[in-house]
Amino acid sequence: MNWDWDKLREKQEQYEKKHSTGGGGMPTPPNLDELLKKFKNFRFPGGILVLIVLFFLFFGTSLFFTVDVDEIGVVQRFGKYDRITQPGLNFKFPAGIEKVTKVKVKRVYKEEFGFKTVTGYSNTRFSDDNADMGAALMLTGDLNVAIVPWIVQYRISDPYNYLFKVKNVTTILRDLTEATMRTVVGDRSINEVISKREEIAVDARQRLQAELKQAETGIHVVTIEMKKTNVPEPVQSSFNEVNEAIQEKEQLIYKAKKDYNEAVPAARGEARRVVKAAEGYALKRVNRAKGDAARFSDVYKEYARAKDVTKRRFYLETMAEVLPKIGRKFVIDSDQKNLLPFLNMQGGAAPLPSVKGEGVSK
Amino acid sequence: MKRYQGIIIGVVVLAAFVLFNSAYIVDETEQVVITQFGKVIRTPVTTPGLNFRVPFIQRANYFPKNLLAWDGDPGQVPTKDKTYIWVDIFARWKIVDPVKYFQTVGDMVSGLSRLDDIIDSSMRNKVTSYRLVESVRNSDRPMDTFKSTEAEGGEKQSQYRIDVGRSKITQMIMAQAQPKVSKFGIELVDIKLKRINYVATVRKAVYGRMIAERKQIAEKYRSEGRGEASNIRGDKEKELNSIQSNAYKTAQEIQGQADAQATSIYAASYGVDPDFYSFFKTLEVYKETMDKESTLVLSTDSDFMRFLKGIEK
Repeated sequence: MNWDWDKLREKQEQYEKKHSTGGGGMPTPPNLDELLKKFKNFRFPGGILVLIVLFFLFFGTSLFFTVDVDEIGVVQRFGKYDRITQPGLNFKFPAGIEKVTKVKVKRVYKEEFGFKTVTGYSNTRFSDDNADMGAALMLTGDLNVAIVPWIVQYRISDPYNYLFKVKNVTTILRDLTEATMRTVVGDRSINEVISKREEIAVDARQRLQAELKQAETGIHVVTIEMKKTNVPEPVQSSFNEVNEAIQEKEQLIYKAKKDYNEAVPAARGEARRVVKAAEGYALKRVNRAKGDAARFSDVYKEYARAKDVTKRRFYLETMAEVLPKIGRKFVIDSDQKNLLPFLNMQGGAAPLPSVKGEGVSK
Repeated sequence: MKRYQGIIIGVVVLAAFVLFNSAYIVDETEQVVITQFGKVIRTPVTTPGLNFRVPFIQRANYFPKNLLAWDGDPGQVPTKDKTYIWVDIFARWKIVDPVKYFQTVGDMVSGLSRLDDIIDSSMRNKVTSYRLVESVRNSDRPMDTFKSTEAEGGEKQSQYRIDVGRSKITQMIMAQAQPKVSKFGIELVDIKLKRINYVATVRKAVYGRMIAERKQIAEKYRSEGRGEASNIRGDKEKELNSIQSNAYKTAQEIQGQADAQATSIYAASYGVDPDFYSFFKTLEVYKETMDKESTLVLSTDSDFMRFLKGIEK
């Protein structure tokens, strides 16, 4: 706006410079009497100039306008759409004839549903909070209640439609977005709403774009971004419980598997040990048998040559080996019959009188 | 000359005033009905641009030509299955016959209130005649719901099956409302259900149901976990028993075979002279069994001691 005034002042100064000699009263604080006198004197060309200047002052400021890089200007002549102007300095007929509306076509706008980005300085937002929570509260296809907050980002793709085809585009955008999101969520179960947000966002974007196109809003949906979907607060704990139960289930299974893994491979090893031990026993048994048999056969071969002598020799040799090892030895006359019960078996040293021969311990 | 100057200025000013009063601008978003002393004359001006009328006598009445929004007040409606819900509906409409609109309605505020009455009543009409799920769902898209029991699964899905669906219901609302608004020169472009929510008391009950449902699902998972764990433990026990008994069996077989083989070897070898075997083996056993702790009582009758009593017997 500033430059408008600057321009105005500039013109004023220019004019005053030009007409300072001619006494032309461009009006800063014009004296009424003087003015009247001038009209009485009526110098025609001067009067025309006054009119022209007034005209320029009135309309001149609206002759040109700047369009920023991220926008375009839509020019209407007598209300009728005339042309679109590109960024830069542009000219038009003055106000009353042509009107320009600037539309930011490159900017991406954002609408939030079901939550508010906290900005911190405005108290009025608190009053909106409840109404806006309502936007997120919706029914799912299995008639549960879900909280689904989301963001729509959009651009103005067709300034003509955007400006002229629809009144209150933002309202319609919000309404359509809500209706679309509820249609999409209404066809999904609560599980899907919570776990498949991406899918919902894609579907909703497609449907919304079709609706907006049909309504000729001139809006292009850049993206729909789902925030964290949830269930209402009173129900949340029970939903968490399900998740916990799933974890618990897996944990129980893992624990059982751990027990299994702890026992079974060890048992397999133990089984192999048992079998190997049996095999070892078998080898030992057979080998011993073979050895014993071989020894016996050899001995028998010798024995067979001189049976009697060899037998005696074996006997006596064995006795010679065995007797020294024995702790106590008693020799009893074959005629004594009742002696045995009186023997002190607990190793008393006293030789019994009836014993003939020596009781030698080693 | 000077006398006429005042007159000329007067005429110019007057002409400008008249011109200003007779010209009017129609915007892209507007349409205009020209009235003369309150009576509509000429066809309405719908093309935007600069237009003229007879000043002072004729009046230009502006009406919007673009798409307009109507947002209903949320209302409590019972559905066919007796659930009370809040329904928030909105519509988009256009003034297609500005003359009719001008004659029957007049301004925008009363236009919206006419729509209020008409759309609201047809919405109630339709929403009440269908089950809640018909207004919520749009298609019979299969949903991923938890099955609380195997048998219940199919029944649950059919509980949410719909015959009509959301968009058909809104179409019906529109079909019912359209003839009623046509006489006002209004065309309904679209009606949509914006929000459907349970009323507070129903919501509480629904929350209760949701909680119960989840609890039951949670219980199912837990029990599944326990069941599966027991199954695995059973597997473990079976496997252990199988492994151990198989090992025992194999071991016994191996040992038995070895015993048999050994026996046959012994038999083949010792069978040559059993008497000598018993003699020979007995001697060996003596060697092994006698020790310091043993006490031996020998009779002089024995082979070993008989010479103690004399050489000859």
